[in-house]
Amino acid sequence: MLDDSRTSETLLAVNNIEVIYNHVILVLKGVSLSVPKGGITALLGGNGAGKTTTLKAVSNLLHSERGEVTKGSITYRGEPVAASSPSDLVKRGVIQVMEGRHCFEHLTVEENLMTGAYTRSDGHAAINADLEMVYTYFPRLKERRKSQAGYTSGGEQQMCAIGRALMSRPETILLDEPSMGLAPQLVEEIFTIVKNLNEKEGVSFLLAEQNTNVALRFAHYGYILESGRVVMDGPAAELRENPDVKEFYLGVSDEGRKSFRNVRSYRRRKRWLS
Amino acid sequence: MPDQLLYAMEVTLNGLMAGVLYALVALGFVLIFKASGIFNYAQGVMALFAALTLVGIMEGQVPFANLINAIFGTEIHTFGWQVPAVLAIVLTLLVMILLAWCVQKFVMRHLVNQEPIILFMATIGLAYFLEGLGDLMWGSDIKKLDVGLPQGLNATIDDLTYGWFGYGFFIDNLDIIATVVAAVLVIGLTVFSQYSKQGRALRAVADDHQAALSVGISLNYIWVLVWSIAGFVALVAGIMWGTKSGVQFSLSLIALKALPVLMLGGFTSIPGAIVGGLIIGVGEKLFEFLIGPMVGGATENWFAYVLALLFLVFRPQGLFGEKIIERV
Repeated sequence: MLDDSRTSETLLAVNNIEVIYNHVILVLKGVSLSVPKGGITALLGGNGAGKTTTLKAVSNLLHSERGEVTKGSITYRGEPVAASSPSDLVKRGVIQVMEGRHCFEHLTVEENLMTGAYTRSDGHAAINADLEMVYTYFPRLKERRKSQAGYTSGGEQQMCAIGRALMSRPETILLDEPSMGLAPQLVEEIFTIVKNLNEKEGVSFLLAEQNTNVALRFAHYGYILESGRVVMDGPAAELRENPDVKEFYLGVSDEGRKSFRNVRSYRRRKRWLS
Repeated sequence: MPDQLLYAMEVTLNGLMAGVLYALVALGFVLIFKASGIFNYAQGVMALFAALTLVGIMEGQVPFANLINAIFGTEIHTFGWQVPAVLAIVLTLLVMILLAWCVQKFVMRHLVNQEPIILFMATIGLAYFLEGLGDLMWGSDIKKLDVGLPQGLNATIDDLTYGWFGYGFFIDNLDIIATVVAAVLVIGLTVFSQYSKQGRALRAVADDHQAALSVGISLNYIWVLVWSIAGFVALVAGIMWGTKSGVQFSLSLIALKALPVLMLGGFTSIPGAIVGGLIIGVGEKLFEFLIGPMVGGATENWFAYVLALLFLVFRPQGLFGEKIIERV
């Protein structure tokens, strides 16, 4: 739940958007959500629910994948994002960390971080100060600063990708699936850092995640997507206690933990599709 | 010193110089490949196009003269003025930048995120388009290019070596200049791509288009930049080769010689392009000199390709190429 200390100012507002790939494949069928300043907002759902598409619609990376927002609108600080290039959006403070890290393999870790500062024009001193800031949050990156990013571990690459985004001095980070392919301990470490960044640096997050359990522990508010629609939303603490969420996404029910096989037949309850 | 050895030394030196010219063309390939992951088949044609444009501007030719004459029945060929070499080079550079912008606007931006092979095919198309455009704009006759670079025997080296060995080495002035130019280009480009912000962005784009977009790098801008640099390198190569052997269609075929150079040096390494060029240059000259007579000569035509094949088998990333990163 949002603390009282946090303002309720809305940074990002997604209003009923529809996204179509290749002119025919309808992926999002009316998704609405809002990201408040200073919060961690989780976007949950299974494979193919439309989490990544939603993030890319916001950051305008859809164009390069032949996707298009055909209905609805997205505004950041009240102004539409549709006409902005990804590079303009980075300058406006919105940056995406893509699913699967996407570090620049042949660049060193430090060079990777420096590419994050590409759009900045506030001078070397400020950029170097931020580099040090990133290294204090991710000490492991400092140790490996001279290694080619392609040779670092998955966890380090995830840190590198988040650090790179931080170098642009963002107000909002769209973080896509940071837990992908990582050991539970590392997932915990990365989420802790995300929480720290949120609290100490005031960065707002929109977090797409399949790992519902972890995401709901760290987020303030959550949206659950299924087949391109938001089927449920609420404060993270409430979602964690919701019997349906527990059953479908956390794998626990009143009778205790069930095997997935038994859960499946309940998947399409009528009220979920209203 | 025995004559044979001295002669071999001279052949080696000449090979080095020829290698520099190969390296200049290869450099253009490496730049584009490093920055956008595209093997730019059109690089050789770009060198031809640049040289044609340079000659055309210098001699005050009217672009598309034949086309205009054919349509309107006029008889115009030249503006009747001569443009000084320096100014003409600057103008040609502007034309190459305009070309870079067009390539980005009409080809590259529609192919973001496509497979490298598709981009490669696009550059093949571009090569034929440019070839035709060059012909149409400036005519297809062989032209002489003279921007005032000294040519012919370098007397100092001839005298010096005669004094030392009693045998004067024949080194062409133009080759010496090409060497200096190539060295400056390489140092400049290496510093640019390794240490500047734009250079870093360039390498980032080569690694991952999408990720580069996501951190706010404008692909369109980077591509114009890359193709402009490639155009510049093509112009330099065009000037050197054009001065040496005249501006004509076969100039675009030197691109084929650049291929083995790249396989040797590695597609991603600027120093590799230079070293590869030198090895091929020296190798083919020495091979011709030593082995040529035994097999009936003409080894220069195939030596480079055989060497490249061997490299493909035993060291596919080339001498200096980046290792292919594969994590499992």
